[in-house]
Amino acid sequence: MGNFDNQYITDRLQRNFGTDVKILGESFGLLSVGTAKERIIDLLRFLKEDDELSFSYLTDITAVHYPELEDPFCIVYHLHNLVQNIRIRIKVFVGGEPPSIPTATTLWKGANWMERETYDFFGIDFQGHPDLRRILNMDDLDVFPMRKEYPLEDPNRVDKKDFYFGR
Amino acid sequence: MTKPITKIAPNAPSFYDNDPQDELITLNLGPTHPATHGVFQNVLQIDGERIVSGISTIGYIHRAFEKIAEHRPFYQITPLTDRLNYCSSPINNMGWHMTVEKLLEIEIPKRVQYMRVIVMELARIADHIICNGILGVDTGAFSGFLYVMQEREFIYEIFEEICGARLTTNIGRIGGFERDFNDIAFAKIHEFLKRFPPVLEEFENLFVRNRIFIERTSGVAAVTPEEALSYSWSGPILRATGVDYDVRAVSPYCSYEDFDFEVPVGTKGDVYDRFMVRNAEMWQSLRIIEQALEKIAGEPAGVFHADVPEFYLPPKEQVYTNMEALIYHFKIVMGEWEAPKDEVYFAVEGGNGELGFYMIHDGGRSPYRLHFRRPSFINYQMFAPMSSGMLLSDAIINMSSLNVIAGELDA
Repeated sequence: MGNFDNQYITDRLQRNFGTDVKILGESFGLLSVGTAKERIIDLLRFLKEDDELSFSYLTDITAVHYPELEDPFCIVYHLHNLVQNIRIRIKVFVGGEPPSIPTATTLWKGANWMERETYDFFGIDFQGHPDLRRILNMDDLDVFPMRKEYPLEDPNRVDKKDFYFGR
Repeated sequence: MTKPITKIAPNAPSFYDNDPQDELITLNLGPTHPATHGVFQNVLQIDGERIVSGISTIGYIHRAFEKIAEHRPFYQITPLTDRLNYCSSPINNMGWHMTVEKLLEIEIPKRVQYMRVIVMELARIADHIICNGILGVDTGAFSGFLYVMQEREFIYEIFEEICGARLTTNIGRIGGFERDFNDIAFAKIHEFLKRFPPVLEEFENLFVRNRIFIERTSGVAAVTPEEALSYSWSGPILRATGVDYDVRAVSPYCSYEDFDFEVPVGTKGDVYDRFMVRNAEMWQSLRIIEQALEKIAGEPAGVFHADVPEFYLPPKEQVYTNMEALIYHFKIVMGEWEAPKDEVYFAVEGGNGELGFYMIHDGGRSPYRLHFRRPSFINYQMFAPMSSGMLLSDAIINMSSLNVIAGELDA
């Protein structure tokens, strides 16, 4: 099979997905790839079910909020190939209100609560999810608290302003 | 027969039986039930003693750590990690320190790494003691729990000697430890290595071939490896199904590659196998601690932190007399250090499985985003589906063998 490394994974992905998959970086040896939400399930399925890649273990699903971007929500998947011990990170940027992406519960049962948590904190609509409810917060909370527009502390406090520290 | 229970959305399920003709009973297991060992709730529909379906409701002690972490300098996030899995806080602390060190690319001296290994393995023993002891209590054997609880107390005394705290330890600093292990700490670790094996042996003798215990646990809640992997299980409960995934062995951190230890696995993935795997891991932890003590003796004495003045607080007496020390002290306390803008994922083998830290840093004072991959949260989601068709008393011991820690479940 030759070297099973990030270069090999990149080649395989580019051969199968062409320009739909972008290489975002390789920080600390962990390959990050980006795709569009239309292709995410295809990509995850390919990574999971391909005989050689076989990223069969879903480590985590989470999201990041970048309010200044056009597509402000980045959904991050971490997959792990337990045999070769290689991890990969997949990022999908989504926008719209509510931001939506197809669910990964069709591939991994364990994605259920991870996606519920992401919905709970970021308001991402995982389309096709069997049970998309809040999980850690109370039901009548009408905001998604991990979005950056919700401050943790009183925003009028001045003693923590970056201005005073020369930033 | 009756309404499907999953339709009772949203998060809080209904708490009463509406239909007097209904043959099923709705039972609230938790949030403060003594058998749940933590603040979380299961609303079960039961037919006599048999569970028909269930919903898990969690989040009762959610404290928004991920949000708080976005507003705190790095060193103030350590106490937050204490409160994830509070049965083995040092592992969480070390995991966080090592995440930051990976981002900052700090080289840690070998002696410090071995000290960390000792602390982490002691914490793992303390964690497994609780889980296996409580499993005994839930199956009706109280004495085993009492025997080993004394040893857990002794581990906490060692932690107290090392860092001053017992349960939520906040142990170590980014770059190493705040002080060297003193002689009493080393003496106590040596004493622990002597006194714990006979106790653990006695504990095993009480359970391993105990007829009642085997009848209660063997074959209960057996999980296939395929299913466990599909639910992203990790830790002892995954290894009990026969998958040898241990972060310490697969991607060694903190010099675990220097140690000779085995990864115990089970075969059936039932409650009995989980118990046996945890017990075997305690023996392996003892082996690792022994080797670490030997290795520490061969390293230059007195080294307890990396030589990184810009990230590691200087000794207090220097702060008053030395200009550089004062500057570093100020910058570190105010969180004004230079960290690369990057993202990092780092995982350690926690008491319950792969404890991951996913951090995105944008150069500010605090992480831009910090996500904890909490093994209890991910392991626990299978509990409700796997309980259907199980006896209520089996579900209780299944829950206790999953070792769900409410703090880690809810973050």
